[in-house]
Amino acid sequence: MSLQTPLGRVLGKGSAGEGVGHWWMQRVTAIALIPLTLWFAIGLLGRSLQSYEAVRGWLAQPWVAVFAILLIITLSWHSRLGVQVVIEDYVHRKAAKNSLLLLFTFAHIAAAAAAIFAVLMLALS
Amino acid sequence: MNQRPTSPHLGVYKFSYTMSLSILHRITGCAASVGFFVFAWWLMALASGPGAYASAMHLLSTPFAKLLLAGFTFSIVYHFCNGIRHLVWDTGAGLERAQARRSGALVIVAALLITALVIWLGCAALTTPGAP
Repeated sequence: MSLQTPLGRVLGKGSAGEGVGHWWMQRVTAIALIPLTLWFAIGLLGRSLQSYEAVRGWLAQPWVAVFAILLIITLSWHSRLGVQVVIEDYVHRKAAKNSLLLLFTFAHIAAAAAAIFAVLMLALS
Repeated sequence: MNQRPTSPHLGVYKFSYTMSLSILHRITGCAASVGFFVFAWWLMALASGPGAYASAMHLLSTPFAKLLLAGFTFSIVYHFCNGIRHLVWDTGAGLERAQARRSGALVIVAALLITALVIWLGCAALTTPGAP
């Protein structure tokens, strides 16, 4: 016997109303982050970080900028999904939960926009 | 009222060390999220020019900031290693108790070694004098 309603079964969605979308994207972004973080960490640790010119010169290269932007998008997405789970697990009052979810969604989008804008500025100026 | 069955909560399980690895995965994930915001701030400083970058790096070179950076480093490395462990589990492999305990130990050792390596390389990258 299934505990799902017939409509829920037809739509393929669970109680959260989005099926396995959240779980799946967490895995997809996790897999993408393996090469992206490795590449970025190795690239960054190979520069002399006190040198503005060295760091900027590296990040401003076309392919480095493209993959840095991919890293920012994937990282912010993965982080947003993870923080969402933590909030949903520990904050149960509806108003507080929804406020926090909105706040962290906006914060992630704002930080991602700033980070992408910064890379574009370095690469295009 | 709601008569739907609820899943048993943490209190009903006997503690095992793999549980603390799971909790640590969540804590390090949260710390890495904070690190993402620091990363965005650092990129904005870089885009704002040499002066802003120099003050950002000055701020990041204080002992307290270095301690935070070491914490972020461990968090990211542990979350990375244990995340791979989770991805392997998602394929259905390695879920037996003995296997999970072994892979957990492997993750801890790998995370500590890689964290030490990254901190060592990071210190070198931070202390190399910048171009004039």
